[in-house]
Amino acid sequence: MKKYSGGSFDTVVIGAGHAGCEAALATARMGKETLLLTINLDSVAMMPCNPAIGGTGKGHLVREIDALGGEMGKNIDATMIQCRMLNTAKGPAVHSLRAQADKKAYQFRMKEVIENQDHLVLKQQEATKLFIEDQKITGVQVVTGAVYQCRSCIICTGTYLKGRVFIGDVQYDSGPNGLFPARYLSDSLKENGIKLQRFKTGTPARVDEKTVDYTKMQIQEGDEEITPFSFETEHLDIDQVPCYLTYTNTETHKIINENLDRSPLVTGDVVGIGPRYCPSIETKVMRFKDKERHQIFMEPEGLYTREVYVQGMSSCLPEEVQINLYRTVAGMENVEFMRTAYAIEYDCIHPTSLKATLESKQIEGLFFAGQINGTSGYEEAGAQGILAGINAGLKLDEKEPVILDRSQAYIGVLVDDIINEDASEPYRMMTSRAEYRLLLRQDNADLRLTPIGHQVGLISEKRYEQFLRKKEKIAEEMERVRRVIVGATDRNNQTLINLGTTPIQSGVSLAQLLKRPQLSYENTAPLDTNRPDYSKHICDEVEIQLKYEGYIKKQNAQVKQFKKMESKRIPENIDYQLIEGLRLEAVEKLSEVRPMSIGQASRISGVSPADITVIHVYLENRKKENANRDAEK
Amino acid sequence: MDLFNDDVIAAIATGDSAGGIGIVRISGKGAEGIADAVIKTSSGLLVKDFETFTMHYGKCFDYYDHQLIDEVIISVMKGPHSYTAEDVVEINCHGGQVVTRTVLKAVLDAGARLAEPGEFTKRAFLNGRIDLSQAEAVMDVINAKTEKSLAYSMNQLSGGLSDQYQRIDQELVHALTIIDASIDYPEYEIDTLTTKDLLKIIDGLLSNVQSLLSTAQTGKIVRDGIATVILGEPNVGKSSLLNALINSDRALVTDIAGTTRDVVDEYINIDGIPFHIIDTAGIRETQNKIEALGVKKSLSMLDQADLILLVYDVSRGTSQDKALPFDINPDKTVINVYNKYDLAESNIQDEDGIVISTKTHYGLINLKNKMKDEAMHRINKKDNENVLSNLRHIHLLNQVNENLLNVQCGLNQNIPIDLTAIDLKNALDCLREITGRNVGSDIIDSIFAHFCLGK
Ligand SMILES: Nc1nc2c(ncn2[C@@H]2O[C@H](COP(=O)(O)OP(=O)(O)OP(=O)(O)O)[C@@H](O)[C@H]2O)c(=O)[nH]1
Ligand SMILES: [Mg+2]
Repeated sequence: MKKYSGGSFDTVVIGAGHAGCEAALATARMGKETLLLTINLDSVAMMPCNPAIGGTGKGHLVREIDALGGEMGKNIDATMIQCRMLNTAKGPAVHSLRAQADKKAYQFRMKEVIENQDHLVLKQQEATKLFIEDQKITGVQVVTGAVYQCRSCIICTGTYLKGRVFIGDVQYDSGPNGLFPARYLSDSLKENGIKLQRFKTGTPARVDEKTVDYTKMQIQEGDEEITPFSFETEHLDIDQVPCYLTYTNTETHKIINENLDRSPLVTGDVVGIGPRYCPSIETKVMRFKDKERHQIFMEPEGLYTREVYVQGMSSCLPEEVQINLYRTVAGMENVEFMRTAYAIEYDCIHPTSLKATLESKQIEGLFFAGQINGTSGYEEAGAQGILAGINAGLKLDEKEPVILDRSQAYIGVLVDDIINEDASEPYRMMTSRAEYRLLLRQDNADLRLTPIGHQVGLISEKRYEQFLRKKEKIAEEMERVRRVIVGATDRNNQTLINLGTTPIQSGVSLAQLLKRPQLSYENTAPLDTNRPDYSKHICDEVEIQLKYEGYIKKQNAQVKQFKKMESKRIPENIDYQLIEGLRLEAVEKLSEVRPMSIGQASRISGVSPADITVIHVYLENRKKENANRDAEK
Repeated sequence: MDLFNDDVIAAIATGDSAGGIGIVRISGKGAEGIADAVIKTSSGLLVKDFETFTMHYGKCFDYYDHQLIDEVIISVMKGPHSYTAEDVVEINCHGGQVVTRTVLKAVLDAGARLAEPGEFTKRAFLNGRIDLSQAEAVMDVINAKTEKSLAYSMNQLSGGLSDQYQRIDQELVHALTIIDASIDYPEYEIDTLTTKDLLKIIDGLLSNVQSLLSTAQTGKIVRDGIATVILGEPNVGKSSLLNALINSDRALVTDIAGTTRDVVDEYINIDGIPFHIIDTAGIRETQNKIEALGVKKSLSMLDQADLILLVYDVSRGTSQDKALPFDINPDKTVINVYNKYDLAESNIQDEDGIVISTKTHYGLINLKNKMKDEAMHRINKKDNENVLSNLRHIHLLNQVNENLLNVQCGLNQNIPIDLTAIDLKNALDCLREITGRNVGSDIIDSIFAHFCLGK
């Protein structure tokens, strides 16, 4: 094969999955000439696992991507076939959106958006080699010999790198969903000093709906009123498709137990580490022996297909065993497989080698996003994709990077988590990971992040204007509600009693009344006769901010403490070996992660509070020495 | 972690001084405001309006119920010309160590944080007030001094108290695990907790925490000193012994029997162990009404005593075999002290007794060593009762308590569970500050250890 020049770009994005699409759209929309490479053009924005976007924590991520000017929210709004707001019985902080997608429609729409995007070129090519000079990325070579010059590169290779599929003792090299694996790029990464590890994930079988008896399962419908993901989608009205719930039983478990020795997880053929929150059915049965049944959710893969995704039944047992065990489940007695469940093992990097911008610490201009960073999930990938794209774009313009911290966004929590702790399993977003989750709600993602999206050029002026107006209205209405005094009239008290709460003795501000659990912004309308007509977004925001004011204050106080520690910067050139008193383990960890602040350092596993003291004293001393030296000069 | 917050710290600056004056030092931006929250000056001037390096009279009040605590003198040193190079307020109290502690508590209630050992010095260093070698020297001294009490707190954590913390910790993690699992996996059939279940758990936790806090009362042995009562017949030299122990003329000494009528107390520190020394009126049958009251009071001190120094006058011949005119509870620790050895050779048969002379200071070292041994013995014995004595621990455990009360209140008001979880998590954070472990991913690990979740 002869090399030849394929042209020159500002940014080359390798991989057009959920991370790659967001990354490429971000750089292109920031005006950077962008090349997006994919092993197969039919796999753009492919969902190789479940046909759904969002869920707890993940729904928050999609909202944040949207607030920054990303595409995922709009794309799922346009292609969803069912939508639910989860956790509505709980507080506003943990309300989470999840939608079932028409997989193919999702892919096609995203591909179309990419094809129509200025400054963006999409090609089916397997990237094979990185060109790096003076620790800077300069180009990417593809399997046909073309070399694309570039100033930055974002690697979003998902589970393709040296992918290997396991179905019992049937094992072969493959990317997800029967696509080609990426065979060469791993070696090029290693040659350039980037360390790799093997992770594992899996997916259940897709079964033929014609062979499923839904009458034996529980139907699960979508919400009557759909809340869109994107802050730009005004209203969504679609015919929704239901999902179904069924269960495994003792017979299922018996078959699994009898065949455990045939699972590559048990035989040790799979060396990659699988996630605890995505356990195969055999792992569940092994680990939770007392559980008599496990839930199975049947999710349609789209409107124009009979394929159904069997959530809860991922497996890498031999196909013959899989079929037998699926057939023990109520409603699947005669089920036929269309795609067999498999486990896949792939190369990923150690994300501790990344900065909070998702740029490699070793190689300038080289960014990583998505599953290559040891995460799992479409939303986690998309979130990293847009952040890496934004920072690649900003870097080309020699502008300050965007770094989101734990108090700003779930994206900030995600990045901070993965770059500080070398995880031993793929990372999934959960609301439990966000310590300030009351502040990081899905409803206020735009309030938190739209100004950043606008600043980097991903949010249009028109949307930004609208956003500012919304913000203004919220402030006005909050102010008004604080001022409105509800009189202790008989009529008002009767309303209060009807709403299940106690009457008032004298005038009370409406804001104060809203703190009562029985009262909401909506049901207090009769007490508030001059109420202006505002959209639901605004009313919700006003209610949440007033109703939970006390708790919000508590979290704000915690954030203040947190920010103090984050603002104590550690210089980039610090040599931890020179610091007397640091424990060896801490020196190693700190040298690897190279934290930006004392706050970040304190979150690195293996760094103790005593180590933090030592660093702090060292830094202060150094600062003083420098000051003295300057004074002498 | 807390060491580097730019917050306001406070502590008693007079350490183990034996004198009556205790100083509460407050340092950091906002120190004056905190002082103003608990102090009213006689002039009506606010502390924040004081000129730097001036002193003012005033009164210190409880932060919550505004009860008068003590008359005090307040001085202000504005940064950078103070020891820490920050704004510093010092409150001089006169009522002895207990009062000084109460003043400190008021300051902490008003928003200051209890300083770690050596933290003032550390700030002085970090703020460029002193150089590293100076700082290290001071820190060495501080560390040496606190070594013992540190050893005690370690002991505290390794014994029954640690088990108690462990149990509270486990319950908290358990509750948070179930709450968070139900939040992150709303569609899974997992054992959720009803409000009633949770309330029961919280009730249990509260009673555990509160019973621990109540042992703080017993724990004052280590904090407030071993209550040491000097007892004996009139004129045997009890007041002289107090003065000799504290090395100053605190109590009135005369050759008139029945000099001491009221209780006189002082604090001393023997190798890191604090003693609260209480001098009492000599005990005898008396017609004098006032003296009789004093005798009664002396005997009543016996109940509170951890340690009794029973003083005899060897020059009168040891009255050992004479029946004491009062009973001593057999579980009290008694040290027989034979005084005025300079006046008479004594042929005392008491091997455990200590022979001294307060006049020549003969035998005082022996007495102190004996007191220390007995105290250690007593502390070790008390350890089994989960004595909570570290002021910082009490402070944090109080916060645990407060957060749990918030949880209880939230649950009773039907506040959404993810919000009450904020208080629950805070409670765990405070507890972990005592035990020195990070919460990190403990909850998430626990979720996956306990529940079968995920696609
Ligand atoms: N020579 C000599 N005299 C002593 C010694 N200790 C105390 N005294 C004298 O004994 C007298 C009584 O001493 P105090 O200390 O007042 O005795 P006390 O036991 O407190 O007496 P009350 O308070 O009256 O019960 C004083 O005159 C002291 O000077 C000692 O060790 N040697
Ligand atoms: Mg006396």
